[in-house]
Amino acid sequence: MALENSDIQNKLTETFGENVFNFQQEKDIFSFEIKSDKNTAVILFLKNDPTLQFHFLTDLCGLHYPDNDENHQFAVVYHLHNWYENKRIKIKAYLNETPSIKTISNIFLSSNWMERETWDFYGIDFIGHPQLKRILNMDEMISFPMRKEFPMEDSGRTDKDDRFFGRTTTNL
Amino acid sequence: MSDSNINMVAPPEGVVGEGFFATKLNDVVGLARANSLWPLPFATSCCGIEFMATMASHYDLARFGSERVSFSPRQADMLMVMGTISKKMGPILRQVYEQMAEPRWVIAVGACASSGGIFDTYSVLQGIDKVIPVDVYVPGCPPRPEQIVDGVMKLQELVRTESVRRRSSPEYQELLASYNIK
Amino acid sequence: MSELLLPPEHRYAKIIKEKLNDDGSELSILNLGPTHPATHGIFQNILLMDGERILEAEPTIGYIHRAFEKIAENRPFYQITPLTDRMNYCSSPINNMGWWMTLEKLLDIEVPKRAQYLRVIVMELARITDHLICNSILGVDTGAYTGFLYVFQFREKVYEIYEEICGARLTTNMGRIGGFERDWSPKAFELLNTFLEEFPMAWKEFENLFERNRIFIDRTVNVGPITAEKAMAYGFTGPNLRAAGVDYDVRVAQPYSSYEDFDFIVPVGKSGDTYDRFCVRNAEVWESISIIKQALAKMPEGNEYHANVPDYYLPPKEDVYHNMESLIYHFKIVMGEVPIPVAEIYHPVEGGNGEVGFYLVTDGSRTPYRLHFRRPCFIYYQAYPEMIKGALLSDAIVILSSLNVIAGELDA
Repeated sequence: MALENSDIQNKLTETFGENVFNFQQEKDIFSFEIKSDKNTAVILFLKNDPTLQFHFLTDLCGLHYPDNDENHQFAVVYHLHNWYENKRIKIKAYLNETPSIKTISNIFLSSNWMERETWDFYGIDFIGHPQLKRILNMDEMISFPMRKEFPMEDSGRTDKDDRFFGRTTTNL
Repeated sequence: MSDSNINMVAPPEGVVGEGFFATKLNDVVGLARANSLWPLPFATSCCGIEFMATMASHYDLARFGSERVSFSPRQADMLMVMGTISKKMGPILRQVYEQMAEPRWVIAVGACASSGGIFDTYSVLQGIDKVIPVDVYVPGCPPRPEQIVDGVMKLQELVRTESVRRRSSPEYQELLASYNIK
Repeated sequence: MSELLLPPEHRYAKIIKEKLNDDGSELSILNLGPTHPATHGIFQNILLMDGERILEAEPTIGYIHRAFEKIAENRPFYQITPLTDRMNYCSSPINNMGWWMTLEKLLDIEVPKRAQYLRVIVMELARITDHLICNSILGVDTGAYTGFLYVFQFREKVYEIYEEICGARLTTNMGRIGGFERDWSPKAFELLNTFLEEFPMAWKEFENLFERNRIFIDRTVNVGPITAEKAMAYGFTGPNLRAAGVDYDVRVAQPYSSYEDFDFIVPVGKSGDTYDRFCVRNAEVWESISIIKQALAKMPEGNEYHANVPDYYLPPKEDVYHNMESLIYHFKIVMGEVPIPVAEIYHPVEGGNGEVGFYLVTDGSRTPYRLHFRRPCFIYYQAYPEMIKGALLSDAIVILSSLNVIAGELDA
């Protein structure tokens, strides 16, 4: 018996009620949102429930929405995969301006570095993470480079003439 | 050796007589150095794969006297920097350069090593000449093995014509000082 | 504060102090990398050693962090392929095609069968070259240089095919939304056929060099084994997971680009050790050859090589100069005036090292709002410290090599 979207939805709403919401099919992935403080409970449930069996964490990443209201400034996105039924789901948890969420590194070992990367890029604090320090950037860095306000280019560059890149209004 | 097709390097200009050959020390040293450059491959990314191709049977860099790839900076003459050097990597590159014994030469292989390439970002060093002096730049993203070989040949030309005194000249000391290398 | 947050040297210093032996010998710290020649790539591991045995390891990564995801947020969709090239540069066409397929999924574009088959061929070629590099370099690390020199010629042959298709060797930047930028020339098929004739013989010989080689077996069997459960917990995918005995392959689980039309087996190993990883990759190369042959045999007639989507597919350059409509389309595509739906999608493909995923969030503008790459190397490299625990130093090199960690993919 294939695992239907409605089964997942029913099971989740049965157990978590208001904390899981906004279920929808996005292209080929079934997705929903959760309250950020319920992330470990929901994911643990999805992993251990004998019919759901979402035993593989495919991906974890952060998102920044500077234009949203203050409770939806950041988001953490989890992609889970059930290999038995070949079903993928996406879970999104929105966070406020001082983003923090519980770690799932004790549920999925693989999330350890992905959470570190998300911390490195967005400054999302994963509470309870054993080793939450920068992974890709230098330890000395103080800003979080994937936040929208952070410029892509190194601001200290001297070899670029803005006139040649259409960045000045007058071409003088 | 009659059945081999080994190319010998032509001797430098000089005076030939019976039983002797006189030439400038500079030329002899240059000749010897240029044809036994031991490369230190500092391969970080994509260009490193093209360097593998250059080293492999098809292009065979060994033909140019670079048979021995020296993985220890101490014994290397030619530092070949291939691939993106990030700011995190910069100090390490510099340390490797400082560990090399004089005379030492540097080839920046590929757009990333030469100028940062397409990675104009906060984390990438915009060209290795920000931290160490470079002798030859090889453009391309990544350069073909032919281009890398061409870069090595260009460097051989530089080495051949370099004065033996250059490394102790005030200009050279000044260059190193400008990079803050002792 | 957690112990793990300390720099490894300080953490190790405590352990060394505690474990001082009576005879005066003590544990030592060894810094492996980041420019260690045997790690071919930029990996740093700070090891705590008991003589030759590794007790603990702490990897540091990010030495070639190039901020792909930040760049992707600032580039129009068609300018992102060059970035995907440089992620896993051993098999860039797979990444290219994966990115185009992501966009096609976003825009609901149906790619013609012939173009799909061409894509399959080029992706399998990329898989062959990827495994070829990994396995031959594993040979080099165990002391057998010959195999590398021998099979690397065939990588050159594949490069020639790539050149015929797209003009580039390594970083291919191949394809367009909806197909390819041009039809494959007869020369490309000719080269492909010669490759298919010559390569199997060479690969058989390469296998013979290693598979029953006493030294190679001693160096690899039972070196760095990982159980299936551990591998799954650490997020392994691709050949490394299959070597542990789990037959998960995106090509089978979620067929894309008509993989369902082809008949192939997913080779699996048993113990997940270095030897199994080697054998699984070898077997996959044979499967790839068979897939390419099937694709060539089943190739639909005609010369269709892209979908008919003028809104997204760049018109031929000659038409741009002579044809008003083409010029408009060209302008619209290049200036990013084409309609992009607001959506969030995830598209996986089976890359050389496992599931390469593209998580794309769009907001209707000409650039992605967020593009996250699921990079298999990054995810499974976290298991490395555990895999080398208790191993000899020389085995650590072999394990790293057999995992085929690509620095570009690891550090993004």
